[in-house]
Amino acid sequence: MLRLLLRRAAHGVLIIWLVATATFFLLHLAPGDPIAASLDSPLTPPAVRTHYRHVYGLDQPLSVQYGRWLVMMTHGDFGFSFPHRRPVSAVIASALPNTLLLMGVALVLAFAAGIALGIIQARHRGRPLDWSLGLGSLFFYSMPDFWLALMLLFLFAFVWRLFPVTGMFDPVMYPYYGFWQRIGDRLWHLVLPACTLALLSAAAIARFQRAALLDVAGEDFVLTARAKGVTERRVLMHHVLRNALLPVITLFGLALPVLLGGSVFIEKVFSWPGMGLLTVEAIGTRDYPLLCAAVVIASVLVIAGSFIADALYAVVDPRVRLE
Amino acid sequence: MHTLVWIAAAVLTTLICGAVARAGDADSGSPWRVALTRLRDNHVAFLALCVIVGLLVMAVLAPWLAPYSPIAQPDIVRLKNLPPSLAHPFGTDFASRDVFSRALYGARVSLSVALLAIVVSASVGTAYGAIAGYVGGNVDTIMMRLIDAALSVPRILLLIAVLALWAPVPLPVLILLLGLTGWFGVSRVVRAQVLSLRERDMVVAARALGASDRQILWRHILPNVLSPVIVSITLGIANVLIVEAGLSYLGVGVRPPAASWGNMILDGADEIASLWWISTFPGLAIVITVMAFNLLGDGLRDALDPRQVDG
Repeated sequence: MLRLLLRRAAHGVLIIWLVATATFFLLHLAPGDPIAASLDSPLTPPAVRTHYRHVYGLDQPLSVQYGRWLVMMTHGDFGFSFPHRRPVSAVIASALPNTLLLMGVALVLAFAAGIALGIIQARHRGRPLDWSLGLGSLFFYSMPDFWLALMLLFLFAFVWRLFPVTGMFDPVMYPYYGFWQRIGDRLWHLVLPACTLALLSAAAIARFQRAALLDVAGEDFVLTARAKGVTERRVLMHHVLRNALLPVITLFGLALPVLLGGSVFIEKVFSWPGMGLLTVEAIGTRDYPLLCAAVVIASVLVIAGSFIADALYAVVDPRVRLE
Repeated sequence: MHTLVWIAAAVLTTLICGAVARAGDADSGSPWRVALTRLRDNHVAFLALCVIVGLLVMAVLAPWLAPYSPIAQPDIVRLKNLPPSLAHPFGTDFASRDVFSRALYGARVSLSVALLAIVVSASVGTAYGAIAGYVGGNVDTIMMRLIDAALSVPRILLLIAVLALWAPVPLPVLILLLGLTGWFGVSRVVRAQVLSLRERDMVVAARALGASDRQILWRHILPNVLSPVIVSITLGIANVLIVEAGLSYLGVGVRPPAASWGNMILDGADEIASLWWISTFPGLAIVITVMAFNLLGDGLRDALDPRQVDG
């Protein structure tokens, strides 16, 4: 068990190194360099440019720069963001918790809704309810995330005025609220973005869960349970579901990249001040270090997520542990 | 741009004609004909195929079907931001352009970008997976470890970073980038398939008869890998359509004045509260197209599965 986890962790570190290396070369293959956007104006004297290139080590050979980049990575240092006038790590540290909150809530909602939908579909297999729910989840599964966000924003915030338009809290009233009112206000602002993000993943999870349930339903022990006279409901909930939940754990690892990608768009549409919004803003300002840090951090999150999924799988499924 | 559209149309026609011809001239027991019959009997998938063919026809015939020019701005004062009406079924946008005509031309751009990108993905993925699976051993381990690394980078973030740093990117480069970030899944599928095919009796027999590695790969292994590749191509088109739309929505994909469904949504995004039609219709076009490709992919998976016996 411990050896399995250690091996997985070593793989994770190896993959992070590969991603960091690829990102470094991406940064250096691109035209210009990290400080070009802020320095390469005709008004900057050439001497100043050379000076700053030297200060930031951009005149060093590529191998030296690569070595320094790796050392920086291990310290969690991603360089300096010129548009923000702060170190990238500080910029990200203030945005990451917001993204994690949004993703965490969406993840819980998505799994709850997806698993429930999958169970309902499997119970009514082949009947109109299964068919229509399947088509419905495929409909949401086929939507671009930002378009769904825009449509929900239009309907719920503008037409029906049920939820606030953007942001994490009320920009005017928030400082005057008491403790519980503040929590309520934040939850109120969380509903639309989190539900949009959850809806998209729930559709995929439901498809997966239904297939997993039907897969297990064909096994011999299910037939045995039925033959013993166990009720249909009990067969599904106790015999089938328990085994069909295992593959869903794998999905936890697979859902993370989708959620991270989706949060870019959701955060932009709802002006949610997280990593995604930072990344989108960095496009316009050509903020090299921030863009690369976003790629590396997102990858680390994905790798950590799949490591947790593997560990959970090993805890729940003795067959994996014994291998 | 026009050459790209024609290349995309030619590629798709070749693919469809190839599949139909193979099903046609082989004897009635051929797996391709069985698959075609199954697909025809699957009403949902068949409907999806019809929708896709219809969309492609609309995209190719856009210059004759569109009532207005997609880029002309006839009167940016009086004709801008008009709600849907008989003259402008999808309304007009901030520059007085007809949203319906733009959606038709957008279909050309979005579909040809997706089709060409998937050709890149499928070729690279198949080659990579086939080599890894056929050679095996340490080469396979290293190649698959690289795929693990590539799959842990969220595709959309990587593309945003690359496109933002290289901006502005011409369309062929965008297609290439979309294709080169979308083949990892295909290569895994192909590798798994090749790994099991390599040990089959037919391959052993071919080798015993003195066939070279090249002959074995091209004549015995790759034809048998085609079915899963076709399924992942179909599902991959759906995926790449959404990715392209997302990038264009962020302003780093297809650039204006060329219309793609994604950048049309961007045109109306800031005014969604009052001018809902500008973003809504191109989005619906994406949903319909992507859903059709997903349904067709599901149908093809069922139809091409040789283990499934009719009955």
